[in-house]
Amino acid sequence: MKLSDIVKILDAEVLTPEVNLDIEVPCAFASDLISDILMCTKEPTLLLTGLTNQQVIRLADMIDIIGIIFVRGKKPPAEVIEMAKERNLPLICTKNTMYRSSGLLYNAGLRSCRI
Amino acid sequence: MLDYAVAESDMAEFWYIRPGYEHAVQKHFKNQQEPEVSLESLIREKDFNEAGKGSAEVKNLLKRLGVNPDILRRIAVAAYEAEINVAAHSLGGAMLSNIYPDRIHMVFLDNGPGIADIEQAMMPGFSTADEMVRELGFGAGLGLPNIKKNTDALHIVSEAGDSTMLEFLVFFNNNGQ
Repeated sequence: MKLSDIVKILDAEVLTPEVNLDIEVPCAFASDLISDILMCTKEPTLLLTGLTNQQVIRLADMIDIIGIIFVRGKKPPAEVIEMAKERNLPLICTKNTMYRSSGLLYNAGLRSCRI
Repeated sequence: MLDYAVAESDMAEFWYIRPGYEHAVQKHFKNQQEPEVSLESLIREKDFNEAGKGSAEVKNLLKRLGVNPDILRRIAVAAYEAEINVAAHSLGGAMLSNIYPDRIHMVFLDNGPGIADIEQAMMPGFSTADEMVRELGFGAGLGLPNIKKNTDALHIVSEAGDSTMLEFLVFFNNNGQ
């Protein structure tokens, strides 16, 4: 599944239009706890989260996050979007809740990351 | 470093060595070898805009040095958790990374106020994080367990009301040799 397909499935808005969405997404993980995200991401992973602060971008400096979906309509501040652009990290925003977003992607065949 | 002479009654210490790494860890502390590269950065209290930068710098350097990606991830996770701990729970401090050909030794030293009960702090789910820290996605009580899980040796020395020193070692190959 490509990131561009995920945007359609979640009826989402792309916050970093200059970043390429034509990338393959092998798996996903959803959490609002930074330690959980760090503990569970061992391969290139799409992250679904409600966290919108700068640390969510710093996480991507540490582990292999290939894109971030902000759920339930949350939007990060401009400086966070700027940090993502510097890193070529796609940011996507959906009005769907974390549960519904995860369900939609899982139904479409996107597997959970290995923990 | 901490002054062991003045810290007798309230000092607490925690040691963890991954089974099979006892000899390599002992050798590290005994030999006092000069590191190939040292990096140092400051960690400011509650500065969650900058926290994590020091760990990213270390990770990028190790990546350029060709450290295995899985080991690199373990070091990055442990370093980041330790850096965030200093920012979230202390009055600020510093991190020092000593890089050797086969390992990294990282030291996090803060300005207090110390960990009241290290054994309790090591329990998954135990946290003293305040509301502001939790809102940012921290404070799950998994920081120290996550550091332990990803390192080959972890040593914490703390004194209630005083500073905490956390140091860890990660070897670049999987057998510590």
